[in-house]
Amino acid sequence: MTVTTHPVVATAPTPPTAFWRLQGFPLIPALILLFIAFVAVFADVLAPYDPQIGSLARRFRPPAWQEGGSLAHLLGTDHVGRDVLSRLIFGARVSMIVGITAVLVAGGIGTLLGIVSGYLGGWADQVIMRLTDTWLALPALTFAIFLAAIVGPSELNIILILGLVYWTRYARVIRGEVLSLKQREFVRLAIVAGCSKRVIMWRHILPNVINSAVVLATLMLGVVIVTEASLSFLGVGVPPPKPAWGLMMADGKKGLMVGYWWLTVLPGICIMLMVLSANLLGDWLRVKLDPQLRQL
Amino acid sequence: MSSEPLLSLENLSAHYVSQQGSRVVRAVDEVTLSLSAGGTLGIVGESGSGKSTLALTILRLLPPAARIVSGRMMFEGENLLDKSDTEMRHVRGKRIAMILQDPMASLNPLFSIGNQVGEPVRVHEGASRANAWKRAVGLLKAVRIASPETRVTQFPHEMSGGMRQRIVGAIGISCEPRLLIADEPTTSLDLTIQAQYLNLLRDLQREHGLALIFITHNLGIVAKMCDQLAVMYAGRVVEQGPVSQIFSAPVHPYTKALLGSIPRMTDNRDHLTAIEGQPPDLASLPPGCAFAPRCAMAFARCRVEAPPEFAVDEGRTARCWLAAPDAEAKATMMRSSVA
Amino acid sequence: MRQYILRRVGYSLVSLFLLSLVIFLFVRVTGDPVSLLVEPGASPEDIENMRRQFGLDRPLWVQYWHFMASLATGDLGLSFYYRTPVLELYFQRLPNSLLLAAVAMGLSLLIGIPSGILAAVRVGGFWDSAGKIFALLGLSLPSFWVGLVLILFFSVYLGWLPSSGSGTTLHLLMPAFTLGWYFAAAHMRLTRSSMLEVLGSEYIKLARLKGLPEALVIGKHAFKNALIPVITLAGINLVVMINVAVVVETVFAWPGIGRLLYEGITFRDFPIVQGVVIIGGGMIVLVNLLVDIFYALIDPRIRLES
Repeated sequence: MTVTTHPVVATAPTPPTAFWRLQGFPLIPALILLFIAFVAVFADVLAPYDPQIGSLARRFRPPAWQEGGSLAHLLGTDHVGRDVLSRLIFGARVSMIVGITAVLVAGGIGTLLGIVSGYLGGWADQVIMRLTDTWLALPALTFAIFLAAIVGPSELNIILILGLVYWTRYARVIRGEVLSLKQREFVRLAIVAGCSKRVIMWRHILPNVINSAVVLATLMLGVVIVTEASLSFLGVGVPPPKPAWGLMMADGKKGLMVGYWWLTVLPGICIMLMVLSANLLGDWLRVKLDPQLRQL
Repeated sequence: MSSEPLLSLENLSAHYVSQQGSRVVRAVDEVTLSLSAGGTLGIVGESGSGKSTLALTILRLLPPAARIVSGRMMFEGENLLDKSDTEMRHVRGKRIAMILQDPMASLNPLFSIGNQVGEPVRVHEGASRANAWKRAVGLLKAVRIASPETRVTQFPHEMSGGMRQRIVGAIGISCEPRLLIADEPTTSLDLTIQAQYLNLLRDLQREHGLALIFITHNLGIVAKMCDQLAVMYAGRVVEQGPVSQIFSAPVHPYTKALLGSIPRMTDNRDHLTAIEGQPPDLASLPPGCAFAPRCAMAFARCRVEAPPEFAVDEGRTARCWLAAPDAEAKATMMRSSVA
Repeated sequence: MRQYILRRVGYSLVSLFLLSLVIFLFVRVTGDPVSLLVEPGASPEDIENMRRQFGLDRPLWVQYWHFMASLATGDLGLSFYYRTPVLELYFQRLPNSLLLAAVAMGLSLLIGIPSGILAAVRVGGFWDSAGKIFALLGLSLPSFWVGLVLILFFSVYLGWLPSSGSGTTLHLLMPAFTLGWYFAAAHMRLTRSSMLEVLGSEYIKLARLKGLPEALVIGKHAFKNALIPVITLAGINLVVMINVAVVVETVFAWPGIGRLLYEGITFRDFPIVQGVVIIGGGMIVLVNLLVDIFYALIDPRIRLES
């Protein structure tokens, strides 16, 4: 028998991996978030001017590199002559505070209800899940606007509103996880050992769902920041003259038609960088920390 | 050996390689087989033995992770491995057709039966829509479906499982192929329908001069349908030859075990369960014969060196040291079986 | 199946009930209902009159009963600013919203479906990675910023498109793109995953075994099947679009329901805000119900269940 052996195809080409997933940690997004956090903490030191006080004599100055700009106002001034750079720096503080605390509020409510609903089951589960369905039927932004119209705009109210709007996603995910945890050996052992339901939920279930909650929180940070900016843009978010990025863009819109681009474009870039970084980091965390949320 | 076979596979190997290249699964390993025009070859083996992969290898439709590593596939005098993708496409459905396992899932739920049955004719013979439709009616008649004129306008969910599998068969023979590969075509059908379907396939084979490759784990079907048999284990053909000879005097211990586990031809068991031990992990095969860990007659050499194909008789081979012609091996065998 | 549909209808009714309760309670308990429901600047006698008219001095459950009774007759109250019933205003604006949503949906499908198919057919390839980045950008860029940048480019610098208003096709382009862009990302992701699932099916294997050219395998056999969930989502999203267009309609001064909501906010016209939220939530509950029923009708597994 004659045998001719010839290889047909040797090896498969490795598919190109998206750059941010390459070997794990998304360094640049993490650095951007760290930088924004740093700026937010040291805003008082870093900002060259008071963000809320301007002078009408110096209004609508373009950024330094454009004709008519000066080094005194690196990123120009707005319609009442406030320094844009300073407002961006203090805006980072607003976004960070609102974003992080709102995510914590939403995470607190959602995780609690998720654990209760998943662990207790029965009618508690039914009520919480029907409530979640109802909540999800309300478009988040419209619902937030409705709440803001009732309680009036303030930084604290915005945080509470965002927490109240976004808890449902936590509740759903955490509930699902609790349902599977319930079947696990250590929970059964705790039941046999006579632990009360409260103790099991706090001491045994909660620590095991924290990972998922953290992943969700990172992913939610972006959503919450965009919503806050949208609310501020519509005038029901952070009240003026506080320097919130969304508010700056709403103000800047008036100058847009005459070409004062820096008033809208720059805050938008800040929002984009922060949200994009949070999403990339959350994406990485999801794959890294939580095998249950990992889907390819 | 008088005329050239319709299909001959020579030392064909197809491997799955993991993305890092660290794991290699030899799904099809050094397979040498041949089939003459109009003949019927049965391929049996446990699930995971590589029989379905072998079928897809012949059609060059392996999943992206798998590669044909070496060998030749001669079909009607041409090496299928030398063909371009487009040329290969004209082989599929026209010269070699295949019937899949699951009739429920094989038909597209959103297109009419006539559309799907007539499709190969349109693609391979450039038939017009109307002609393809007429051909579809004829094909349904050929697979003995009642009132084919109305059936062609219907959709898959309006048919029973047996009827769907007939339709898949109609698609298979639509371009009058020379070779039809049937991958466990009757596993999901009940017994009466199964028998009818097998009769249908045999009649179609006679009428159209089809060569048939029958992939199954049901030796009863092999006895009824096939004249040649190849037994696969862990990606390799461990024994092959005429069905009657293998059934009356199996050489390989695995074949013996298979035959022992299926006493009657009408047996319809889904799995060959009677053999002791686990089916092998294809990614980490033992160094010697892959069957050695489960083999009652294994001796020292079996665990060290994989046996080549030994000619047992005219047109019969076996990959087993027990079939080795040399005295030394036999002597070793005797000694170890005494011990 | 009847049981399944009845259960779904029951769930939806519960959702609608909870929806009304949530909205009712938020207005009465968190805020000061008088300041919200009575026109700003009303005299003390007027306020007292209104208080009695709304029954704000009665127990909560009586108030809820009245609230539900007026909802049932389609009475969402009078707008302070326009002095017309909110429902009437809503229906005046609805055609504009529908037009914008329909065009935005068309754009998002036009972008999302082909890119999703490309990504699925070449998993891990260039288009797949590009699609991932595109989807991420879609989620990360606030729509008002996209809108403002578009205005800056196409209206201020190039002068090609009107920056705001309605009336011509040109007016539609930028708002529709801004609204559709976000959804294009969602539609791309769903098309990709649905296509991947279909490509793994037996009938696709058979289509290839028939020797069909790859274009026919993808374009005929896979495409139609992969599209079913995408079209369903698009149906839901059309309703969602109408309800989330507030930012886009504000940026481009598009006279739809979103703009109505924005006017409600800026003129402190609470009945409008409340009306838009109630109708929006109700619409989404209904659409979800319709989708569930639709799936029950086409999917035999659901049909047999229960």
